[in-house]
Amino acid sequence: MEKVKEVIMAKYGEIALKGLNKHTFEDLLIKNIKRRLSKFGKFEYTRNQSTIYITPIDEDMDLDAVVKKLSCVFGIAAIQRSMILPKDWNTIVKEGMPYLESALANAKTFKVDAKRSDKSFPMKTPEIQLELGGAILDAYPHLTVDVHNPEKRVLLEIRDKAAFLNADRIIGACGMPVGSSGRALLLLSGGIDSPVAAYMMAKRGLKVDCIHFQSPPYTSERALMKVETLCEKLTDYCGDIRFYCVPFTEIQEALRDNCPEEYFTIVMRRLMMRIANRICAANDYGAIITGESVAQVASQTLKAIQCTDRAAEYPVFRPVIGMDKKEIVEIARKIDTFETSILPYEDCCTVFTPKHPKTKPLISEAEAAESSFDFAPMIEKAIKNITVKDFKLSD
Amino acid sequence: MIYLDNAATTKPCEEAIKAASENMRSNFGNASSLHKLGIEAEKVITSAKKTILSRLGLEGEIYFTSGATESNNTIIMGVCETYKRVGNRIVTTSIEHPSVARVMDRLEAAGFEVVRIAPKDCIDNFEQAVIDAVDEKTLLVSTMAVNNETGFHIDVQKIYRAVKAKYPKCMVHVDGVQGFCKVPLAGDFISMSAHKIHGIKGVGALYAAKGARFAPLLAGGGQQKNLRSGTEPVDLIAGFEAAVKAYPKTMAHLKELYDHTVKLLGELEGVTINSRNNIPSILNFSVQGVRSEIMLHYLEESQIYISSGSACSKGKKSAVLSEFGISDKNIDSAIRVSFNNENTIAETEEFVNAIYNGIKRFRR
Repeated sequence: MEKVKEVIMAKYGEIALKGLNKHTFEDLLIKNIKRRLSKFGKFEYTRNQSTIYITPIDEDMDLDAVVKKLSCVFGIAAIQRSMILPKDWNTIVKEGMPYLESALANAKTFKVDAKRSDKSFPMKTPEIQLELGGAILDAYPHLTVDVHNPEKRVLLEIRDKAAFLNADRIIGACGMPVGSSGRALLLLSGGIDSPVAAYMMAKRGLKVDCIHFQSPPYTSERALMKVETLCEKLTDYCGDIRFYCVPFTEIQEALRDNCPEEYFTIVMRRLMMRIANRICAANDYGAIITGESVAQVASQTLKAIQCTDRAAEYPVFRPVIGMDKKEIVEIARKIDTFETSILPYEDCCTVFTPKHPKTKPLISEAEAAESSFDFAPMIEKAIKNITVKDFKLSD
Repeated sequence: MIYLDNAATTKPCEEAIKAASENMRSNFGNASSLHKLGIEAEKVITSAKKTILSRLGLEGEIYFTSGATESNNTIIMGVCETYKRVGNRIVTTSIEHPSVARVMDRLEAAGFEVVRIAPKDCIDNFEQAVIDAVDEKTLLVSTMAVNNETGFHIDVQKIYRAVKAKYPKCMVHVDGVQGFCKVPLAGDFISMSAHKIHGIKGVGALYAAKGARFAPLLAGGGQQKNLRSGTEPVDLIAGFEAAVKAYPKTMAHLKELYDHTVKLLGELEGVTINSRNNIPSILNFSVQGVRSEIMLHYLEESQIYISSGSACSKGKKSAVLSEFGISDKNIDSAIRVSFNNENTIAETEEFVNAIYNGIKRFRR
């Protein structure tokens, strides 16, 4: 028997709503897809009616793995792996039924959907549905039809060039293609929240790079390795990530020696913002991203966030601000960062944790605490000694 | 580099490296093969067994395992299966290595009564407390000979003699990992590891006295009298034997290093020695006002390698130290140094000097 010809259809969601600049989003999405799929082999890409058709050219490709990879690409709303059939009803039934076996063999109920964009096809949509439903029941007599809550939806699309048959529609990562909304800098700590924040902003089309503050010997090399692992994992969703590692020990020691203890964390956060400002300015980032969630810890009360915000010269995006830990953890598990995040290594945020941090700090006092010492030369030095590492989309 | 983390692992000695690599080159046979290569491999194993037995000064049988974790698991689980008719009480200590302690937790969950003796209650009379906890329905006593975090030395000969005299059916297992080649060991079963005595990681041994039986943990090809299936790692075993042979018979040098370090530390303010009744290869102390991890990473910057608590529990607070009655504050700042015979007096001086500088920088 001839080998089944398959195509993967990546349907975009939001991009379809864009106006005249729609094609720039499409171009970027295809570019993002191509980079992720190149390791699997050669594909042919065509686009039509808000769908990118990805046709494998090489033989024996692992299409399951391809689909899995595609499910991480932002900008794709749904993925359908379909069989390509000629627009001839008898052939559709004869060759199409065996193709549905893997999807239908273990299901109990199904429903048929049909779309007919080629209006010259002799059967009308209701007739297609009826005939296809009958053919499926003949081939898989154990199934029953359930139009309200079916386990499987079989979709037949009669398009201009061919007919496409499938029974497995996978929800895509949705969102906008990474890079389509600009670039932003994420404060990455190594905890659970910041990687999730990266994922969420990448979903909105931001290209995310990361800045990390390191305080040896208060923090260990393992803590750094952990953060680098997180960057590596994030590339699945975020694409390439540039990682800035800031030596922060000297600043933290100066903080400890010069600032009122209850303001340690607030002033530290402000100094982090000041360094992030500089990186943003020098590298053209349009926003700062953090993993803060209101009321989670003392530095994330409304007052504390006000104090931190004042030091930022860029919009600060906090995509997990309204989420409970449980909800954040759920995403962290989905994007496979959770297990790494919970490794028990000290990060710089917990090095000199005050016993009784101020939960309602005043901006004036935070400013006074910060100006109790001239941090500027230390900030210069830290910026000068930043190390940069690039994490490429894993291949 | 100053390596003072020898309780975590030791640098393989040249003798072990040479024996293992030569064996890899010229004697790669499978000890189970019927042909000459198999016999040559078997000879290596037989010779290593003899060397280990003679170092222990005991008669009985040696089985090779993947390491002490496997030896401990095998013996404890195997004895409980084989001798379950004797009773269901197990006497152990509250300061065991996790490869014993976690097995005990499992057995407890499975219905065994597990009694854990804590040194904080009886550190000067610890052996007697263990002995007194044994009764006629005790099937197993499992105790370490030397504690890995403080160096606390338990006289296992005393325990073994007393328990066997009163309850001959009770089995005695000794986790001898930190004690092997350093203190006298005795028991029905003894666990050992090669990499703690300058052998190579990946091989350990267990000793079984004559007549002491245990059900195997692994089912398989029936190697080592069907008690430890799996092809013997002959090269590692050759290295193990060489390491045992090369290991000094005396602890005099270790004692010198230990005494000198303690003396120098005594001159620093706010340093408390946590170790008591210990052997001289392990020293645990606390530096008031400096968290141990910070000190560890600080020393690391000058290539001095030590441990906070135990290396196996990366970053976690040591539950074992609190069983010695050490305060939480001192646990937070606990440093463990463990010496080897190649460490020098000059190294201990450099180490204490680094501690002094660390105190100056970090204490608040």
